[in-house]
Amino acid sequence: MPRVLLIEDDPAVREGVELGLRRRGHDVRAAGTGEAGLAALAEFRPDLLLLDLMLPGMNGVQVCRQVREHSQLPIIMLTARGDDFDVVIGLEAGADDYIVKPARPEVIEARIRAVLRRMDDSGPGRPAIEVYGELTIDRVGLTVTKAGRPLSLAPSELRLLLHLSAAPEQVFSRQQLLENVWEHTFHADARLVDACVARLRSKIEPDARSPRYVQTLRGFGYRFGPL
Amino acid sequence: MIPLPRRGRNTEPAEGRRTGPEERSRVRAFGLRTRLLAAFLLVAAVSAGTTSALTYREARNALLKTAQDTAVSTFREQVQQTGFGLPVQEEGMEEVLRDLARKGKPRPWVVFAEYGSVRASSGENPVSTVITPGLRRAALANPYGSFERVVKDGVLYLTIAMPTVFRTGPYDTLPSGLVLYAVMRMTDEQINVDALLTAARDGALPGLAVALVPGLIAARSVLRPVRELRRAARSMGSGRLDTRIAVRGNDELADLADTFNESAAQLEDSVHELREAEARARRFASDVSHELRTPLAGMLAVTEVLDEDADHLDSDTARAVRLVSAETGKLAVLVEDLMEISRFDARAAELNADEVDVAETIRKTLQNRHWTEDDRVHAELPTGIRARLDPRRFDVVIANLVGNALRHGGAPVTVRLRTGERPTGTPVLITEVADRGPGIHPDSIPYIFDRFYKADAARTRSAGSGLGLAITQENVRLHGGTIRAGNLPEGGAVFTVEIPLHAEEATA
Repeated sequence: MPRVLLIEDDPAVREGVELGLRRRGHDVRAAGTGEAGLAALAEFRPDLLLLDLMLPGMNGVQVCRQVREHSQLPIIMLTARGDDFDVVIGLEAGADDYIVKPARPEVIEARIRAVLRRMDDSGPGRPAIEVYGELTIDRVGLTVTKAGRPLSLAPSELRLLLHLSAAPEQVFSRQQLLENVWEHTFHADARLVDACVARLRSKIEPDARSPRYVQTLRGFGYRFGPL
Repeated sequence: MIPLPRRGRNTEPAEGRRTGPEERSRVRAFGLRTRLLAAFLLVAAVSAGTTSALTYREARNALLKTAQDTAVSTFREQVQQTGFGLPVQEEGMEEVLRDLARKGKPRPWVVFAEYGSVRASSGENPVSTVITPGLRRAALANPYGSFERVVKDGVLYLTIAMPTVFRTGPYDTLPSGLVLYAVMRMTDEQINVDALLTAARDGALPGLAVALVPGLIAARSVLRPVRELRRAARSMGSGRLDTRIAVRGNDELADLADTFNESAAQLEDSVHELREAEARARRFASDVSHELRTPLAGMLAVTEVLDEDADHLDSDTARAVRLVSAETGKLAVLVEDLMEISRFDARAAELNADEVDVAETIRKTLQNRHWTEDDRVHAELPTGIRARLDPRRFDVVIANLVGNALRHGGAPVTVRLRTGERPTGTPVLITEVADRGPGIHPDSIPYIFDRFYKADAARTRSAGSGLGLAITQENVRLHGGTIRAGNLPEGGAVFTVEIPLHAEEATA
């Protein structure tokens, strides 16, 4: 069962979520501040970070950025739907997904599972390593290099790239991507996709303003290529 | 970012504009301007007419009087200085008369003499046709002579009658019977008088024209503040409450402008206060739901623990625990709905539109809620309809309507999809959700979308938050669409949602 680090300032929420997840078999460590959470990161070595955005002192977005500087640890934000603006900032800072509070443990667990699920869509007869322009995508080793240099992609970015490149030139709507990449069953916020695409582009595209690999089809969605 | 649609009663565009006040003023025949000008012209005409008439009369009299006074006194002197032998002889008389006629003043005249049956004159005819019987009678009565102005054939004549007398004492005289008449044409005087009349008329008409100018100016000075007032009043009416009028001078119109400004300021203050109060109330609702959410997040996280362990507890505790768990779930839904509605109130709700296959979207909504697994929900969804809408919000609309139909109406619920056109030509997506329940009471239909409205007063609380239909309506409006509730002739309620196929264009 995955090891989850929970950073949440409200004691009731912290205790409730910790209790709920532990009952479902997760190994949970809880921290009350961003600083304490970052300190626990090295020692606890979690598989996933569950991060409240509204924290006293160092806030969730800052924690998110700091983690992303040297790690591709999956991050799920805990947010209230009223704080739309924070969701966007959190997603831009590198979070992979978000959960709207209040949420039942089963919902939280479903999101954790979706983020941690290993993407294995390398169908039979498909070469393990594909080359698109300067990009080299290794579907088995789950690594991506650009001009020979390995890229560090967050889980959601990697999954998005794998999904799009598995069917080059096929257009996926944002709703389809939400369902296939993030496994959101309900119609979720499409900005999740937009933010992830923006982050992915900044890493793989030579010029993020005129993208070559991940292209936008206004009104329809995104596609990989054509190169 | 998508611009928020402007909502609310006062921002809805007025359809079928009536004739504006602008057009009306142009066709107004008896407006303030016309009346003011007419009054000015009337006053000017009366004063110019009166002045001209009086001046003309006085000048004419003065002119004629000078001429006739000179003539009368000259003629009297001539007659007195001339000696007439009595009885009058006709021969020689004409010579005397011609002499008199030459000395006429201010210009020569024709002199006639009458004595008994003797008639003589300085001219061709011995008898004048101009002298009236009235003058003859007056000549006999007045020994100092009399005169008369006579118009004959359009020519003005001055006729003077002068009887010759015997002086019987220092103050007594006796008429001799010889009467001399002088007849003088007053052509020059006539010309002068005519010139006077022309001058009076020529002076009065331009005067009238000139009077129009101050009339126009006065009308303008009155009308401009009135126009400004009208413009300001209209501007206030269209919601710009900070409209004020520049106050000029200190006349009655300035007072009116002052009053208008004061009233406008008071109105603005009251509206401002009202808005503040409303904003406070909204903020409060928003804050309350925010504050409720944190403890709820903790509680909701442990309801599962309660549910699982309830089986091991004694029955009363288990019931209490299950109650707490179930109600916590409902409370979470209620708080979430309150948050959503306060976002609409604060106009913070955004439309994240995407081009979607509508049938596919509705099918997903029904599948995700497990409504298609039995025969409770029936969907008639023609394929190939694409629309630009916010999938998350559209999901909420369909889910709320179907959920509502299942709870309050009766299965089977039918979801029907088709396209249509508004009277304005905008293509719209029409979604109908119909149930086979008892329908909505007609009295309830106008209030069905109100917050926390309960169609059945006896029913204290339903499974929903009481905000479902209100949120549905707000979501539809955000798409620039409309929603209607009604009953089917064959029984059951039907909700009809109309959303423009291209929501963004409709709301932008």
